[in-house]
Amino acid sequence: MKRLKLLAFGAAMLLCAGAGAQQPIKIGFIGVFSGPQGSLGQDMYDAFMLVVERNGGRLGGAPVEVLREDSQLKPEVANQIVDKLIEKDRVSIIAGVTFSHVMMAIYNKVVGAEVFLVGSNASPSPIAGAQCSPFYFQTGVQNDQRAEATGKYAADKGYKRVYAMAPNYQAGKDFVNGFKRLYKQGLLEEVYTPLNQLDFQAELAQLAAVNPDAVFVFYPGGLGVQFVRQWRQSGLAGRIPLLSSATIDAMNLNALQEAAVGVVHGSPWGPDFDNPANRRFMADFEKRYGRIPSEYAAMSYDSAQLLDSAIGKVKGNVADKKAFQAALKAAEFQSIRGKFRFNHNQLPIQDFYVFGIGKDAKGRYVHQTTAKVLTDHQDAYHSQCPMK
Amino acid sequence: MTWELAFLQALNGLQYGLLLFLLAAGLTLVLGIMNFVNLAHASLYMLGAYLGASAFAGSGSFLIAGAAAVFGTLAIGLAVERTTLLAFYARDHLDQVLATFGLLLFFNELVRVIWGPQSMYMRPPDGFTGTVSLFGALYPSYRFLVIVAGLAVALGMYLLIHYTRIGMLIRAGASNARMVSVLGVNIRLLNTLLFGMGAALAGLAGLMAAPILAVQPGMGDNVLIVVLVVIVIGGIGSIRGAFFGALIVGVVDTVGRTYLPLALRQVAERTIADAAGPALASMLIFLFMAVVLAFRPQGLFPARR
Repeated sequence: MKRLKLLAFGAAMLLCAGAGAQQPIKIGFIGVFSGPQGSLGQDMYDAFMLVVERNGGRLGGAPVEVLREDSQLKPEVANQIVDKLIEKDRVSIIAGVTFSHVMMAIYNKVVGAEVFLVGSNASPSPIAGAQCSPFYFQTGVQNDQRAEATGKYAADKGYKRVYAMAPNYQAGKDFVNGFKRLYKQGLLEEVYTPLNQLDFQAELAQLAAVNPDAVFVFYPGGLGVQFVRQWRQSGLAGRIPLLSSATIDAMNLNALQEAAVGVVHGSPWGPDFDNPANRRFMADFEKRYGRIPSEYAAMSYDSAQLLDSAIGKVKGNVADKKAFQAALKAAEFQSIRGKFRFNHNQLPIQDFYVFGIGKDAKGRYVHQTTAKVLTDHQDAYHSQCPMK
Repeated sequence: MTWELAFLQALNGLQYGLLLFLLAAGLTLVLGIMNFVNLAHASLYMLGAYLGASAFAGSGSFLIAGAAAVFGTLAIGLAVERTTLLAFYARDHLDQVLATFGLLLFFNELVRVIWGPQSMYMRPPDGFTGTVSLFGALYPSYRFLVIVAGLAVALGMYLLIHYTRIGMLIRAGASNARMVSVLGVNIRLLNTLLFGMGAALAGLAGLMAAPILAVQPGMGDNVLIVVLVVIVIGGIGSIRGAFFGALIVGVVDTVGRTYLPLALRQVAERTIADAAGPALASMLIFLFMAVVLAFRPQGLFPARR
């Protein structure tokens, strides 16, 4: 009995001690950290933590605790993680989230629990449109938009006969549709290859035979390395312009090196953007991690900056959900994209550019801005979102 | 469709087929002659690619990379055979499948630990980065090298099996292993030799595939399924079957992938054809295998007993 009292007393002491110190705001960061796609999640997490570490473990002046969670590219694992984050860890914010099928698996649960979902990567069309929510913000781009930028570029260039290739899954079709949306002409051919296919030689021979004006491809991650290398080995590089979206990023550029020269790439951000926020990001990231950040890291960095500004605005009181939502929507931070504002569906309205590949001052291959193709571009689904 | 395109696609089918042959030859020998199911063959292929790519990155010499891949997998294959697989020769097939599947998982994890989860990329050797002109058609020169190497290995194996003493023993061992051992031949040593040969061929296949495909953990798993299809179509235990089976699968897959969606458009609406075409094309070799199993269960080119 005496021992029980002592225990109860001890527990009470601990509770008081906990209440005394300021409770950190808990943020769950969900990404894929293992397997071949693991570098993407890590790059995004590193950029996010760059902001947190720079502020001494705080965002907006309030201490934060970031819980790094690996979805393993499996929707069911992501679901369990979200259960744990919401019910056990009681997070106020979930950030990151790579891969659209993972996003779709957790979306309703997170916004249903009124936890703020500040995504910076996966951005499928349903949650930009009809299923939009005041608790969901996106600092990256809607899935189709990178391809829309490339499509606009193809139309501007006056390419008449364009051939498209992508893996045969939802994102592959979304990218080709995005390209067509602003290219505004029919495509010569659309070829979808199985997602696990690594050898494109047969398709490339077929493509070379019709000799198109330009080729549009979406092959993310390792597939991009495969495709571009085989493109070059087939002697097509230099003969036919290769336009791409989300195919060449800072991570697979290391593997591609000079093979990527000549490939056109559509994106809202490039490492050579000349604004103070971006120069600081590039310098800090390289100093801390010793590599060039990818565009996915850049979007994640902006999500941390967004949280920094919004948490600061509500003075750390994220429990006031209405005020915090308004603070997030205001987006008062210095984006590395120069300008940044949210649309009524809480996805960004931003400019899009096309990039080429060239050498930087240190002789490394990097993305270099070629031209701005879209100004204040909104996603195609925002009109389906009932939020004002 | 021009003859030039048809010729290029035939070469693509041939190249894919020969790569499959390098893998199928080793597997079919072990399966048909030693009556042993070795799923870890896919791991040897993966290790060949990793060893070759690492040696090439370190030395810059394709010959050194080749030696590392072939002798490295040979050594690993023999070590695995001596330490683990030997105990399973007398067990039934299910035990063998379980044991070698375990090895497959083990090696996938091992390369992840050693080389990391990221894919490795190997560039083709100098002089093989561009294209060659074959009768006016441009073909990637590295792939042409794969074709030449594959044909050379096939010829070498044919000569080895039909015109040498070891080849004779292998054929004899396949027909009646006990009789061969009664005649004073060390059948166990012969099996080890056979296993080592299969491992070295898998390593060579891994090396040849490395500049074309990504070198990554589990890269052998998908190929293994196709290789098993090749063996079933060609006939278990038959090198000749593995050769022709691999070429058939290579050509059927390549032609199916490129022409089936186009052909479907002639008979169905374009949207339906575009959706069904790729799906059907990826099933084609399995459908072909089902037909072969139904009408010729011993395979198209069974071993002559």
